[in-house]
Amino acid sequence: MNPFWLIPFPPAVGAFVLIVAGRKLSRKAVAWLACLAAAASFVLAVISFQSLLGGASAGRPILRTLFTWIQAGEFRADLAFRFDPLSAVMVLVVTGVGLLIHVYSTGYMSRDRSFARFFAFLNLFTFAMLILVLADNLVLMFVGWEGVGLCSYLLIGFWFEKPAAAAAGQKAFIVNRIGDAGFLLGILFLFLTIGGVSFGAINEAVAGGIIAPATATLIAVLLFVGAAGKSAQIPLYVWLPDAMEGPTPVSALIHAATMVTAGVYMVARLNPLYAASPAASEVVAVVGALTAVFAATIALVQNDIKRVLAYSTISQLGYMFIGCGVGAYAAGVFHLYTHAFFKSLLFLAAGSVMHALSGELDMRKMGGLRKHLPRTYPTFLIGAVAIAGVPFLSGFFSKDAVLTAAFAQGRYFIWALGLGGAVLTAFYMFRLVFLTFHGQERLEPEVKRHLHESPGAMTVPLVILAFFSVFAGYVGLPPVVGKHAHLFDRFLEPVIKPAEGGHLGLGTEWVLIAASVAAALLGIGAAYAFFLRDPRIPRRLGEKFPGLYRLLLNKYYVDEAYDAAIVKPLVQGSARVYDKFDLAVIDGAVNGSARAAGLLGRLLSLIQSGLIKDYALAVLFGMAIFLGVLFF
Amino acid sequence: MSIPILSLVAFLPLAGAALLLFLPRENKVLLYGIALAFTIAVFLFSLPLHFAFDGGTADPQFVERANWLGLGIEYHVGVDGISLYLVLMTTFLMPLALLASWSHIRDRIKEYLFFMLLLETGMIGVFIALNLFLFYVFWEAALIPMVFLIGMWGGRRRVYASTKFVLFTMAGSLLMLVAMFVLYAAFFKETGTHSFALADLLNLSLAPKLQTWLFLAFGLAFAVKVPMFPFHTWLPDAHVEAPTAGSVILAAVLLKMGAYGFLRFAFPLFPEAAAKFLPVLAVLAVIGIIYGGFMALVQKDVKSLVAYSSVSHMGLIMLALFAGNTAGVQGAVIHMVNHGLSTGMLFLCVGILYERAHTRLIKDFGGVSGRMPVFAAFFLVAVLSSLGLPGLNGFVGEILCLYGAFAADKLWAVLAVTTVILAAAYLLGMFRRVMHGPIANDHIRAFRDLNGREIALLVPIVVLMFWIGLHPSTFLRKMDASVAQYVSRIKGRERVFVVKPLAAPVAVEAGRATE
Repeated sequence: MNPFWLIPFPPAVGAFVLIVAGRKLSRKAVAWLACLAAAASFVLAVISFQSLLGGASAGRPILRTLFTWIQAGEFRADLAFRFDPLSAVMVLVVTGVGLLIHVYSTGYMSRDRSFARFFAFLNLFTFAMLILVLADNLVLMFVGWEGVGLCSYLLIGFWFEKPAAAAAGQKAFIVNRIGDAGFLLGILFLFLTIGGVSFGAINEAVAGGIIAPATATLIAVLLFVGAAGKSAQIPLYVWLPDAMEGPTPVSALIHAATMVTAGVYMVARLNPLYAASPAASEVVAVVGALTAVFAATIALVQNDIKRVLAYSTISQLGYMFIGCGVGAYAAGVFHLYTHAFFKSLLFLAAGSVMHALSGELDMRKMGGLRKHLPRTYPTFLIGAVAIAGVPFLSGFFSKDAVLTAAFAQGRYFIWALGLGGAVLTAFYMFRLVFLTFHGQERLEPEVKRHLHESPGAMTVPLVILAFFSVFAGYVGLPPVVGKHAHLFDRFLEPVIKPAEGGHLGLGTEWVLIAASVAAALLGIGAAYAFFLRDPRIPRRLGEKFPGLYRLLLNKYYVDEAYDAAIVKPLVQGSARVYDKFDLAVIDGAVNGSARAAGLLGRLLSLIQSGLIKDYALAVLFGMAIFLGVLFF
Repeated sequence: MSIPILSLVAFLPLAGAALLLFLPRENKVLLYGIALAFTIAVFLFSLPLHFAFDGGTADPQFVERANWLGLGIEYHVGVDGISLYLVLMTTFLMPLALLASWSHIRDRIKEYLFFMLLLETGMIGVFIALNLFLFYVFWEAALIPMVFLIGMWGGRRRVYASTKFVLFTMAGSLLMLVAMFVLYAAFFKETGTHSFALADLLNLSLAPKLQTWLFLAFGLAFAVKVPMFPFHTWLPDAHVEAPTAGSVILAAVLLKMGAYGFLRFAFPLFPEAAAKFLPVLAVLAVIGIIYGGFMALVQKDVKSLVAYSSVSHMGLIMLALFAGNTAGVQGAVIHMVNHGLSTGMLFLCVGILYERAHTRLIKDFGGVSGRMPVFAAFFLVAVLSSLGLPGLNGFVGEILCLYGAFAADKLWAVLAVTTVILAAAYLLGMFRRVMHGPIANDHIRAFRDLNGREIALLVPIVVLMFWIGLHPSTFLRKMDASVAQYVSRIKGRERVFVVKPLAAPVAVEAGRATE
């Protein structure tokens, strides 16, 4: 019997114990409990994964229904789990990276007052995320979906005494709820159309042509609204940069490696539905490509190390959606998988920098750290090289797979956007590396006095993640290498059919690879020229194009625009309606008519006069009559 | 069944109220003890209603019927799958409401407890009455104690609030009384016999015009009680002024009497008229959802925020009822219970805050979580339940209501789904301003966290929230037959959707990988 359906539950137990009794446990006990829970899930995931390797060629998912969850009329949703290659990849990423981040957090959070609360939420998150990726129907997936949203809210606002953190948590939840409203409508629409929301039923319905193309498009786009919320795409990305208010391990786990990829996972999971709707796929691809470039441009000028990484995550999620949108779902998932390693590495390494610098986030107050942080620096550098798309590291293979697929499908414009984004990625990443670790030291004296490399609990996870950032990509080599190409895609084939057509010649493949490499080197070279060789260039550029610089620095003023165009009018409008309509018109009419009838006055005097005793007596008298009549 | 269990449940509180009158008014412990003992006994006696209830039939169960005043005025009670959990929710919440009053109500305790127990009898009676006259008696019997609870133990503007409450509900219910007599007369004209029995009156075929007037009379009484937009303005005032327990019961139970009235009387008695007004009612429900949500967004008082959230939530319940399909109606019924639990608990939490701060204005708070971490956890659960987080009870009702609405009319559902966003906005916005941020003042610095009594009264609600959220079948399966019969009746169709009996938990291992 495959134990896969048990995978989510150890962290659930951990979370429960920590919430109920965490305050009474020692820090050591809390850390062990939380990490063991995460480790148990990881072990279960590995065991389940192995059993899948044995018979994966059969291509059939393993299902397990625990019980009927919600049923009324024709609506029905089961508590049912599904394990197949796609969920296996997700489960391994979530539990593997999750475990490392649990361990890292025991060091990073060691001096926090609410140690137990942190690990309770981290366990709870792991549980919800595993429900999300193991669910066999959209309604149960939605449970995990909102569950991770809740944990995100709780962890962003973990230091709730800080107004900015509390506000960021709230913003994340509400913006996600906008997406979720679309997701929910998509689920309802799908149920009404095909009478079920299990993935088996959806795939069958699509294969059987039960869903009309226009309906499929509408459903797929509604669901994508949810994906755009959770995976921070235009126009709903605005919550993710603010989410950096949370502790850094949270940013690594939730806002880089796992939760934010849920939207990509959902689109990949429903790939037959999206494949049946070219229009919806177009939306996915275009939104992905625009987001990839848009977020990268903002990342160019940010000074906060975590904000750069946040915009980078938004941008990389865009690449994943490009893959899905052009029909190369496996490439999208491949990028999701490699990104989980190098982006969580980057965040954790950034956390290590913050830890060393007493919480400093501003790169302008860093510089030259490489000799002070001998373990953090190389791991960070590996992450940066991987994301920049330098050959032979994981990020190179996955980004190349996405871009090649776009090109192969004849989506040259999207390919070009992606390539341009790759230049920007390499640039902002190495700007980050150079400003933080190279050049002259710009540390505040007080910070410098406390400067120290992080403890082993933090650096060991960095080393492990660095290893995977380098080598994780070798399961998905490009076709030019011959027979070992696309192992990852072939593993996923039972769930994700390879994209139709669009095979490129070997020559074209090489040209595309060369273009990718050139993009990466161009970005890195420019960053070197700007920030190491002649650090005056950026300032001069900023002075030459002050408008553009301010536009980017202020993130295109999108937050301000949303606030002015949507939030303020709604809130102020509501306040006006409350005053001028609810109180004045409706209530006014009520009070007015009451007065006119003269009833009000009479009743008022009735109630105001006399003692309470009298009323009780009167009521009792009435009840006595009532009872008397009843019994006699 | 030989024990008249429904009568026992309905009148035991009244007996308790009578007993209280003979007790010394100074002995707080004794008074509370007796009242609490009675409500707990009522709850325990009501439990067999769940366990012995047969979900396979739509007929009323635990029926008791006896002549009362003659001329068709009978004592006739029973529960079906629709009223069952409204009764149970009432008996479940009453002891908790009393327990919450312990530190809050300090003067005229005897009278207070007297009215609370009286109220319980009235509310239970409303949900079990199968005779229209009896229903009306209970309806008013539930109204009057609440008026006194608000008017005597309420806040500064209690007299205004209680008067408004009386006027609103009386205006509606007097028209309903008239309509009842018209119905009674019509039945006599047609059959030559006197009857107020619901089962008899359901067989009447009324002229369309008469139906319309009667439906409007009944509908107004119920719409005020729900309350549906634009009859809602009494609710914020009543809630703000009412003592904590009053707010809990008002939101949890009294509002349900309105929705229940539509389900039990207005729709089945006048199906054609109801169908005619359906578009208007649906629009009002949708307006209620959105309007209530936006109004909640800008409230300054936590209680009136929760009150407007009730307007929004009840709008969704009504919309699902109006959808008239099985999923929608069943969703509406379970969501009535959900709303009772979540809003009831929100008011309990607000009460807990009020007892410490003596204010309910949002601006007077800030950073409470830092001082009251245990309370923060409970309060958050209440908030999450109310905003429909999956895993908790609210989601189960919400998705069924939305599905029902969607199946009936896609536009309704598209508009109604905004509740998902609005509820998150107003509830989390309130939670942030009250609970998060730096500790706002020295007053808050002195807050103590929950005591044992407060934890004890919140835990049962949380347990039930998770129970309904994770395994709603416990409750939904008891409703199947009754809801199916209701749906077929208002659709005027013979086809009854019979839900297959639930199999034992199934463990399907379809397509296991070869090993």
